[in-house]
Amino acid sequence: MIVSEVTRPAPLVQVHKVSKHFGEDETRVDALRDVSLEVSPGQVVALLGPSGSGKTTLLNVIGCILEPSSGRIILDGEVVYDGRWLRSDLRRLRLEKVGFIFQFHNLLPFLNSTDNVAVVLNLAGYAAAEAKRRAVELLDYLDVAHRRDAMPASLSGGEAQRVAIARALANHPRIILADEPTAALDSQRAGIVMDLLRKVAAEQDAAILAVTHDEKIFDRFDRIFHLRDGALETETSNVFG
Amino acid sequence: MNLAYRDIRHNLGRFLLTCFGLSLLLGVVLSMIGIYRGLVEDALTLVRTPGVDVWVVESGTRGPFAESSRIPGDTREAIARLQGVEAAGAVTYQSIETSHKGNKLRFYVVGYELGRPGGPDQIVSGRTIGRSRYEMVADRRARLALGEGIQLGRDTFTVVGLTDGQVSSGGDPVVYVTLRDSQELQFELAPPAARREIARGTAPGNTDTINAVVAHVSPNVPADSVVISARRWKHLAATTQAGQEHILTSSVVERARKQIGLFTAILLMVSAVIIALILYTMTMDKLREIATLKLIGASDRTIIGLILQQALAMGIFGFALGALLITTIKDFFPRRVVLQPEDGLALAAVVILVCVVSSGLGVRLALKVDPATALGG
Repeated sequence: MIVSEVTRPAPLVQVHKVSKHFGEDETRVDALRDVSLEVSPGQVVALLGPSGSGKTTLLNVIGCILEPSSGRIILDGEVVYDGRWLRSDLRRLRLEKVGFIFQFHNLLPFLNSTDNVAVVLNLAGYAAAEAKRRAVELLDYLDVAHRRDAMPASLSGGEAQRVAIARALANHPRIILADEPTAALDSQRAGIVMDLLRKVAAEQDAAILAVTHDEKIFDRFDRIFHLRDGALETETSNVFG
Repeated sequence: MNLAYRDIRHNLGRFLLTCFGLSLLLGVVLSMIGIYRGLVEDALTLVRTPGVDVWVVESGTRGPFAESSRIPGDTREAIARLQGVEAAGAVTYQSIETSHKGNKLRFYVVGYELGRPGGPDQIVSGRTIGRSRYEMVADRRARLALGEGIQLGRDTFTVVGLTDGQVSSGGDPVVYVTLRDSQELQFELAPPAARREIARGTAPGNTDTINAVVAHVSPNVPADSVVISARRWKHLAATTQAGQEHILTSSVVERARKQIGLFTAILLMVSAVIIALILYTMTMDKLREIATLKLIGASDRTIIGLILQQALAMGIFGFALGALLITTIKDFFPRRVVLQPEDGLALAAVVILVCVVSSGLGVRLALKVDPATALGG
């Protein structure tokens, strides 16, 4: 018998038996129960489930916002939780390794498109000119450079979400967490945004985890994790992806 | 990238309106301090105008400003003969109300002997009193014109000169008349009262009474020695110029000073509460943005800086606007408002301190914001 070994890249996100509960005794609510999953570079993964199934909690835990109750989390090869937070500077970790995309884009209303992207680089210590150059480059990459001076209030939903994606990519993160990234968009624009995310994952070797209810974009995901009552129920590999 | 500046620029209208409201409040605080300074200055102006070294008043009183003081008119000759006294003058002080062109006017009338200490120190328009009767020098605040006639008591006085900035501690403009005129105004009985006094066998009162004697002392003689000499007369009391100024500031304007000081302190506390509420509301409006900033990696220092810089900008801009406003309109106040640079700087420092302390509430709120609130709808 011949066994062929295929070299697989190390997963960027490793979640092993992670649980999270709120409250104690009678008031205890198990938001996550022994959830384990891995996401490799270049993969675009969906977290699916009804309301209260633990999708956003899982996203918060992976994004180092919420401390899990137990389990083990490794991000880009770095153990960040193993019964307790191991990485004390979680803010710096988020800045270096994780990019966030929000349902309502969450652009800072007092900054124009370029500065909304550049602000992440400023926080990371980039010089102003360098931050601006990289921001314009990203806006151009996401085909929204023509709106570089526009304030968020004047952007369309699709444009705002593309600026938000540019902001998420600003600091070269390898893990991108998206919370309902297409919920506020029509199907055409939702498709464009998902294609952009797939392009980012492929070209920048990033892992993308998105919480979604949006059935019209299911075919854009490589894998779909189904959550129910805090537990990972099934995993579907997308045959269309 | 200065986030505080960008946020202010984005909401410029709201920021300016808030600063304008704050400037009115701080303007009132500044004007209260200015009114107090004006009160002290007004009171001291009257006591400093004669430019004398010694004040002699009735025994047992601290007059003529703090209490009523009446001494015989010839006291001036006695004081003038004391060793070291270069010149002495008899003076009277009284408040008077009269009608002029259908308006009620209040004056603080100073009677003095022509050519002797006690008169106006500077005439800004017209001349000093030249005739022994029925001429007066008035302060500009009395709004009387040169040559204008005004009735005081039973006589009409002609304005021959104007002074500037001469008001009493009560805010009434000062007018100067001759000692004889002022004695008649103050001590002469009205004809019906005089007739009644004659009918009951009492001679009409002697009007040769004065309120105080002021004296210049030779530079080679200490004023205290003249004071000690004057006190040897049991019916007289004497103080130096410094003593008289102390009496004015510590007793006459003391209550007003405390009142204004208390009012200023209350206004500052109100300002602090309002600044704190404004900053708290501004922070509440930005909770989602603060959560987003935290989520994308902003440090607590960045968040605190955002709130603190806005608080300081609001305080400094509000103070500057308030100071500009009060400087522009201070001359329209009924009482003198004296704005001194050191008072302005002290208030600016207090405002900055209040802003820093008041922003604590907003900072506390911002630091408690959970970055997770940026996620989800």
